[in-house]
Amino acid sequence: MSYTGQGTATALIGAPATRPSRHAGAILLVGPLVLYMAVFYAAPVLAMLARSVLDPHLTLQNLVRLAGDEVFFHVFGNTLLTAVIVTLGTLLLGYPVALALSRMRGMAATVTLVVVLLPFWTSVLVRSYAWMVLLGRHGLINEALRGAALIDAPLRMLNTAFAVYVAMIHILLPYMILPIASVLRQVDPALPRAAASLGASPWGVFEQVVLPLSMPGVIAGTLLVFVLSLGFYITPALVGGPRDMMLSQLIAQQVDLLNWPYAACLSATLLAATLLLLLLCQSLPGVRGALRQSMR
Amino acid sequence: MDASTSVRYFQESNGDASFGACSYGEGGNTAGRGAKVSLVGLEKRFDAVGAVCGISLEIGSGEFLTLLGPSGSGKTTTLMMIAGFETPTAGDIAIDGRSVVGTPPHKRNIGMVFQNYALFPHLTVAENIAFPLKQRGMDRATRARRVADSLAMVQLPGYEARYPRQLSGGQQQRVALARAIVFRPRLLLMDEPLGALDKQLRENLQLEMRRLHAELGITFVYVTHDQEEALIMSDRIAVVNEGRIAQLGPPEELYDRPRNRFVASFIGESNFLSGVVRGIEDGFLIVDCGWAMLRAAATRPAPIGSAVTLTTRPERMRFVDPGAMPIGIENRMRVTVRETVFAGERCRYLLRGENGETLILKEQSGAATRRRAPGEMAEIAWAAADTVVV
Repeated sequence: MSYTGQGTATALIGAPATRPSRHAGAILLVGPLVLYMAVFYAAPVLAMLARSVLDPHLTLQNLVRLAGDEVFFHVFGNTLLTAVIVTLGTLLLGYPVALALSRMRGMAATVTLVVVLLPFWTSVLVRSYAWMVLLGRHGLINEALRGAALIDAPLRMLNTAFAVYVAMIHILLPYMILPIASVLRQVDPALPRAAASLGASPWGVFEQVVLPLSMPGVIAGTLLVFVLSLGFYITPALVGGPRDMMLSQLIAQQVDLLNWPYAACLSATLLAATLLLLLLCQSLPGVRGALRQSMR
Repeated sequence: MDASTSVRYFQESNGDASFGACSYGEGGNTAGRGAKVSLVGLEKRFDAVGAVCGISLEIGSGEFLTLLGPSGSGKTTTLMMIAGFETPTAGDIAIDGRSVVGTPPHKRNIGMVFQNYALFPHLTVAENIAFPLKQRGMDRATRARRVADSLAMVQLPGYEARYPRQLSGGQQQRVALARAIVFRPRLLLMDEPLGALDKQLRENLQLEMRRLHAELGITFVYVTHDQEEALIMSDRIAVVNEGRIAQLGPPEELYDRPRNRFVASFIGESNFLSGVVRGIEDGFLIVDCGWAMLRAAATRPAPIGSAVTLTTRPERMRFVDPGAMPIGIENRMRVTVRETVFAGERCRYLLRGENGETLILKEQSGAATRRRAPGEMAEIAWAAADTVVV
């Protein structure tokens, strides 16, 4: 070993004491969760994805099968269409509720919030069954309409695309309402007043001030509902017909047939589609800020 | 803003028939540009609580009127009623002779500046200022020109493309001002617009607003709890307390001749002395305060034998040598100095009078004045004309 003059001095004095990392505290706090997620989530998902190309040996036969599978394309298209319709539905129904909620104070606000959140706390299975009871041939709606002599024969509502849309919209409404209401609440109440004092009609105030400022919430809600819709299983399985099959049902079907590799391939497709969508949206200007703002 | 821009700013309005009642007169003549506002018996109750309990006020064209009062006095509620955001429980509001109580806020054509500026965060400065012009259907080119003129008027030329979050508090307030006047309203309402700014900035903007008022010639109705601000800026001040007007008048009148205890103590500082009227001599009341006979200006009828409260401003009192000759008709009192507070341009003394009461005396600092120390005995004097009955 050879020392320079400085090196000698350092070696004699000793290395400076290392400061404990500033991030040690954060790491300790987040560590357990990350570990949990890694073991019980990331690992199984990666293992499942791997199966699509590694079972029984490294092969692309599942992907080839996928590319030629007509049923898959029909189902995938239906899944996308359903997600779009459900997202639009929740937006149209949910925005007015969010608007009203953001303007309420006190008891009225609490009650409305509870009403919006109640479906959240009920199992999705129970809610889907409830829709079966409502929409069935001898369900509540048909019986009421027949009782009021408005129809002779029961309407066919269950096991249709209509039923899937209605039920999914109902279940996903809170996911649209809450981000929008949250963002609207943050809007300075003086702004609509200022707009009115400057000559904007009530519709003008909404269109030019409230709506643009609510966009972050709308974006967050739309993204949330769309992504959740893509993966829905129970509801379309219970209230939809065979032609309204969604991707998750197809995956379940393959699992039932013990065709794990193909099921894994389909799952990978779903995951890839979702990630692609999220990545695309993230790159749009303002979306990241929108997500950040609506999570406050 | 130079003369040519000023003239063009006002001349443009001649062609703006579509803007109806908000056109201004020609050239630099400001007469008649402001709205006359008439408040008659205005009342506002929130459930059982009376926020405004009968306010009547005539505001002249082009006047700068301030509603001054403590928090909760009803001044902001009154302003909101003029703007149309609150409906009066009773009474009427007329602008230029026409009652506006049934008119919604967006049809009243009144400019308004809010305490927290209320600039639209998603629009640029230019879009913010052009907002009222857009509502009125003005074309893009004219809008751009008016925006530029407005920005020049509030001394922020070239700020069109910025966003509100990129501006300082003072700049935001000026943009809010520009936005409120760009559509040439005849009435401008301001709700404590300078409250969120630091002292230096506030003082600068106060002077700018006065200048703007002189240039525009429109009626300003200003709400504040800062009495100094009100004294600096207003043509007339309406002191509001508990939903009623305690006194209405020009700043000097409110300061020199307060009509009641509230106004005397809310505006500036006051000393209060109580006594009984014994007589009148040479236009001055002779008041027996127990330990001395004082003379006071007969500003209101006070029959002999009635109990009165007299008030004098601390800066009207001065220290005198015991044997000195009186200057005019004066009141004198022997005092002990309790506290001396040096505040740069002034020295503030807390004195204990012969009667045990505490008095405040303010004296300008100067080479000739000797600072008195606590514990010192002294004699003070003040003019009888500066002693007012409240």
